[in-house]
Amino acid sequence: MTKAGNELSWKDLEVGSIITEPGNASQYQTGDWRTQKPTYEHSRCIKCGLCSIFCPEGCIEPNQEGFYEANLFYCKGCGICARECWTKAIIMVEEA
Amino acid sequence: MAQRIGIEVSRAVSIAVKLADADVISAYPITPQTHIVEDLSELVANGELEASFIPVESEHSALSACLGSAAVGARTFTATASQGLELMHEVLYVASAMRFPIVMAVANRAVAAPISIWGDHSDVMSTRDTGWIQIFAANGQEAFDTVLCAFRIGEDSRVLLPVMVNLDGFHLTHVIEPIAIAEVDVVKRFIPPCKYPLPLDPDRPVSMGAVGPPYIYPEAKKAQQVNLAASKEVILQCWQEFGDLFGRYYSPLECYRCEGAKALLLAMGSFSETAMSAIDTMRDEGNDVGLIKLRLWRPFPFDEIRHAVRDAEVLVVLDRALSAGGPGGPVFSEIRSALYDLDKKPKVVGFVGGLGGRDISAEGFTEMIKRGMEIARKGSEQEFEMFKVRE
Repeated sequence: MTKAGNELSWKDLEVGSIITEPGNASQYQTGDWRTQKPTYEHSRCIKCGLCSIFCPEGCIEPNQEGFYEANLFYCKGCGICARECWTKAIIMVEEA
Repeated sequence: MAQRIGIEVSRAVSIAVKLADADVISAYPITPQTHIVEDLSELVANGELEASFIPVESEHSALSACLGSAAVGARTFTATASQGLELMHEVLYVASAMRFPIVMAVANRAVAAPISIWGDHSDVMSTRDTGWIQIFAANGQEAFDTVLCAFRIGEDSRVLLPVMVNLDGFHLTHVIEPIAIAEVDVVKRFIPPCKYPLPLDPDRPVSMGAVGPPYIYPEAKKAQQVNLAASKEVILQCWQEFGDLFGRYYSPLECYRCEGAKALLLAMGSFSETAMSAIDTMRDEGNDVGLIKLRLWRPFPFDEIRHAVRDAEVLVVLDRALSAGGPGGPVFSEIRSALYDLDKKPKVVGFVGGLGGRDISAEGFTEMIKRGMEIARKGSEQEFEMFKVRE
């Protein structure tokens, strides 16, 4: 996309507002819907990855040390990861 | 030469779809549309039309299936009426906004309650704002010709919009008329192959029907408005070429004996044929009256309407749909609005009549015109009158 979505004129739209650029939903920052964010107590984390399986956004991946963490660009702060975590290693906190 | 045969209008419509070589038909049977889809189902079943006929469990599914087939670039047809059109309602907006050139015959019928299988325009008028091109046929030949034109217009790369072909339930769908059936090779010349510009294709992936957040939704709607308004030029061009090929010329509206007319009647669909008889009689009796048959409803032909009525003193508009609690029927309301800013304009009088299959005879139209002239002269306490409703 050469123009940002909010700069497009009606003339820029493809017929029927079809999106011709595959995968451009990844540019959409769903993280700004968030009111709470996950924080991590690594001493409790057993690196089981259950949080990443339950994450409806699919935005949790292991970091370089193998600890699972959410990508906050996409994380909507639903808290399912914290709820499902066996060891209570994920704590949801209010966004500042 | 094309063969002119006596044939039920519904069957003529299905033959037009066959001649247009539709690829996919999905429909749910509902009176008075039934014969159209029955015939098409038979044409597909016996191999006369090489198409997929998708039987579905409802009209909502019928039009949804049509979205899918149009999305891969298949020539797509459906037909419905009344409650069926209502059940399709939310999908109608999707078809037009996603710019799918689906052709749909609507066998116009009243909407319940009370339950009525008989004709009026309540069904289509409730879909006025769904963004479809809407054309009304006045007789069987027009219905046949309009279906052929609908494919050509809708699929034109400058248009890419769904088209509704309106034909009155029973008054047209169930009558046998002499109809010139076009020859297949001429139809092939007239309707080029369907080429949707961005079809669903695994080799060229696209996303259709995405979310339009507030920062883009109004732009999408403006694109739709400009596109639908601009389709009129293509429609006119199509009708011109149709006339050159088949010898029958169409226009957004047709004036019948309007020369020097002081009072004009405006009607749509098959009732305008009956109204012609009334005009003939009144002209013979020395009245300066004429008839406007409105064919193109969306896009609305503002210029043609203004031009056609400019010299008249009274314009009587018949609506076969009621906008309860409102200014009368939608046709009356829109025409009065289109004329409002003109310095010289006729007094516009609205009647709602012919609801739920109630006939209006030629004598009835004479009475309506005379009453309209009286209202224009003396005024009325009502915004509009419901014609021949018993007190």
